[in-house]
Amino acid sequence: MKLTDTYFLTFAALLFTIGAVGLLVRRNVLVMFMCVELMLNAVNVTFVAFSKTLNDISGQAIVFFVLVVAAAEVAVGLAIIVAIFRRRRSGVTADDIDLLKG
Amino acid sequence: MSEVVIFFLMAALALGAALGVVLAKNPVHSALLLVTVLVAIAVLFVVQDAQLLAAVQVIVYAGAIVVLFLFVIMLLGVDEQESLSDPVRIQRPAAILLGVIALAEVLFLTGHHWATGAEKARGALDDGSGGNVERVARSLFTEFLWPFEVTAVLLVAAVIGSVVLARRSNRPTTDDVDESSGEKVSAP
Repeated sequence: MKLTDTYFLTFAALLFTIGAVGLLVRRNVLVMFMCVELMLNAVNVTFVAFSKTLNDISGQAIVFFVLVVAAAEVAVGLAIIVAIFRRRRSGVTADDIDLLKG
Repeated sequence: MSEVVIFFLMAALALGAALGVVLAKNPVHSALLLVTVLVAIAVLFVVQDAQLLAAVQVIVYAGAIVVLFLFVIMLLGVDEQESLSDPVRIQRPAAILLGVIALAEVLFLTGHHWATGAEKARGALDDGSGGNVERVARSLFTEFLWPFEVTAVLLVAAVIGSVVLARRSNRPTTDDVDESSGEKVSAP
């Protein structure tokens, strides 16, 4: 039995679906952020799998840029959550932040 | 053979922990299960000959991003109970249905080798010039030099943005006046 890229792509598809459904189902903003991280990681797995299959190093280089964007997104997103919490002093769920104003 | 065993172990661990991230009531449990997912994916990276990415995955994701999550969870308090009633009642079944449809589509695509690509467009995984780290570094600093510099700008912008957003202003600024007047308006 040989490990082909189909295994990794199937795994990534399952992980991406779990993240996407979690993003839609959960209401806690922090958990929604974690689901976004799950989806980004699933995409990273496909990049590395194709990098191995096509024998091309650029797949691994691009994962670096995905990591940088994920880090920037988390930093800004968590700062926004902290700022919202400071203004509202109440629970931070997606339903509380539906007015596009502080 | 051992590769296959490691793959199935780590894939099962990652998928189970990912389900835990979504289903856990407590956000702290979600964050800790997220670490499990990330470490399992790092092991899968090693299986795929991406040793540098595995190290970076553990250091950046498990070491920095999840710690940031935990800081914010502790800062905000975790005793908030998430309300299970939904304003849009159909959303949860619809989300699960759409997830199943999307999964079926992607699984259908993975069974077919429609993904074409120019092989070795940017150089092979291992061209005999040192290990994985050197290979990735050469790619990053030659072909991807311009995107690499742009990510530096992106990171600086993100750091400045998060400092400005999360800053607590001590002196009375127009921001505070806006806040108090906003509360007065919203009170009645």
